[in-house]
Amino acid sequence: MNLHEYQAKDILSRVGVPITEGHVATSPDEAQAIAARLGGTVAIKAQVHVGGRGKAGGVKLAHSAGEARALAAQILGMQIKGLTVRKVLVARAAEIAHEAYVGIIIDRVCKRAVFMASAAGGIDIEDVAATSPDRIKRLAVDPRYGFRPYESMQLGFYLYSDPAQTRSAARILRQMYQAFIESGASLTEINPLATTPRGDLVAVDAKMVIDDNELERHPEIAALRDESAEDPSEAAARRAGLTFIKLEGNVGCIVNGAGLAMATMDLVKYYGGEPANFLDIGGSSSPEKVVSALSIITSDPNVRVILFNIFGGITRTDDVANGIVSALAATPLAVPLVIRLTGTNEHEAVRILQQHGLSAMTDMDEAVRRAVSVVAESERGGRAA
Amino acid sequence: MIEYGTHVVAGVTPGKGGQTFDGGSGTSVPVFDTVERAVNETGANATVIYVPPLFAADAIMEAAAARVPLVVAITEGVPVLDMTLVYPFVREYGARLVGPNCPGLISPGECKVGIIPGTICAPGPIGLVSRSGTLTYEVVHQLTKAGMGQTTCVGIGGDPINGTNFIDCLAAFQADPSTTAIVMIGEIGGTDEQEAARYVAAHVTKPVVGFIAGRTAPPGRRMGHAGAIVSGSTGTAAEKVQALSAAGIPVADRPADVVGLLRARMAHAA
Repeated sequence: MNLHEYQAKDILSRVGVPITEGHVATSPDEAQAIAARLGGTVAIKAQVHVGGRGKAGGVKLAHSAGEARALAAQILGMQIKGLTVRKVLVARAAEIAHEAYVGIIIDRVCKRAVFMASAAGGIDIEDVAATSPDRIKRLAVDPRYGFRPYESMQLGFYLYSDPAQTRSAARILRQMYQAFIESGASLTEINPLATTPRGDLVAVDAKMVIDDNELERHPEIAALRDESAEDPSEAAARRAGLTFIKLEGNVGCIVNGAGLAMATMDLVKYYGGEPANFLDIGGSSSPEKVVSALSIITSDPNVRVILFNIFGGITRTDDVANGIVSALAATPLAVPLVIRLTGTNEHEAVRILQQHGLSAMTDMDEAVRRAVSVVAESERGGRAA
Repeated sequence: MIEYGTHVVAGVTPGKGGQTFDGGSGTSVPVFDTVERAVNETGANATVIYVPPLFAADAIMEAAAARVPLVVAITEGVPVLDMTLVYPFVREYGARLVGPNCPGLISPGECKVGIIPGTICAPGPIGLVSRSGTLTYEVVHQLTKAGMGQTTCVGIGGDPINGTNFIDCLAAFQADPSTTAIVMIGEIGGTDEQEAARYVAAHVTKPVVGFIAGRTAPPGRRMGHAGAIVSGSTGTAAEKVQALSAAGIPVADRPADVVGLLRARMAHAA
């Protein structure tokens, strides 16, 4: 789960990381009021879950409350990489003499949280990582002992030669690690960690990504989810206990198992079709999930065919069949259905479907080819299957 | 598992020690409060864990500390930070952890620990290792239908930090006298397949064939499995296909192509 900059800054500042004062505005009026209260130059910063906001024109400096209002009016409602800006952070602008990068990620190879630090911070950290990896220092934290103070000083001395800044940075890094662990994060970044002309350190931008598996035990973090930033279908799916990602195509897919779901999408593409979504109904056999899945898929007007690909191990295929039948009884489909079922209780499943005038295939390729050809036929204005 | 022939000798549920559960076919399995007691009383040498996500890490550690040599964790949803602690712990106790978020493993005709359906498998010479669950079943189903039975199928699971990776399984299959060829099924996210490819090029003489799911997955999105996410430009399916191909591992375009590629590689090696 992504957090907005203002949320990450809030979490970090509560453990002591220095930030500049700022507040969220959802309207130009609010932005003006906040800017007036803060006084001086403020940054108007789009709050959306993508990188490159500055380059896209979503981060601007305002030198008066009136200008803050005008810039907020511009930035609110703008589209950045497909996302609509609904909130801006209005924050006191920091004077920046130097920029560093500090971040913590979970490294899958060493299986630990790893710090990355670079004195070449700012917006081009990805370029630095790609072209000059020697300009980044990495430090893996042993979770049994935590982030040791001497380790924080090692990173501090790497970033700064001034002892006061070294100590300040070391403290900020320890605070970051605390926030990282306490929030159940998978990523925490401060970029830039700026040095002001006076020599103080301040976090000018912050990013946090939370491990979805941590949300159950961190309800206060789960409550930070910005539903308005989510596709409504994806939000509905999440609430129904399904994993759903909306794509651009017209072959709707309902599959049990993430790997099989990805392979199904790939196979649709292989046969010349375009998947409309990724949807994993998971391992449990509840007909209710099938009903939810169908209602989410059918709310996408692009979908021209719905393909079920179910390989039943734990999942009972007869439960899926009953789910399909229930869903169709409640809401007849406007698009054709192609069903592939293999596995536990498949004979019973086929029987249930046949009783309701539906048929099921047992071969995955055949089912995908069929689904793709149904779309092609409907596009040619031919008879729907 | 009992139906398949696995010797399930104990259950562990704290608070239900002393009870029994019905193992089917007239068998009755004793339940214990702790893994330590279960191991002491029954000599169990493997465990399969279905404990809910927020307690699973502790259950894994309990099993390792009780000196159970094989710990299979089916549970999906274990916090990754928990796994950073579990991993060194199980290694310290010398336990082999498979998973979490995996279907377990099966040696067809002999034993299964986990939830891989026995009906789709058949004994034979192919070793299979996969990050997936139902995609594994799909490929195993095709292998069985083609008369290519399996020595062992291992689901290593879909999480970013797991106990057993591709290289661990490839090494085991290379050393296993009954395994003559290997199938590896990967997906987007991380670099496990790429490292495995380098390992195969250097250390595996048996034919290996691969399949990678997620060629059409959009970047930055978690595709179900916690570990199935393309971060920046790392972990793409294309990168993995490239790495496998560079190591001489043919990569199937479709799950259905695995059988044909495997036959060809085995004939070539013969």
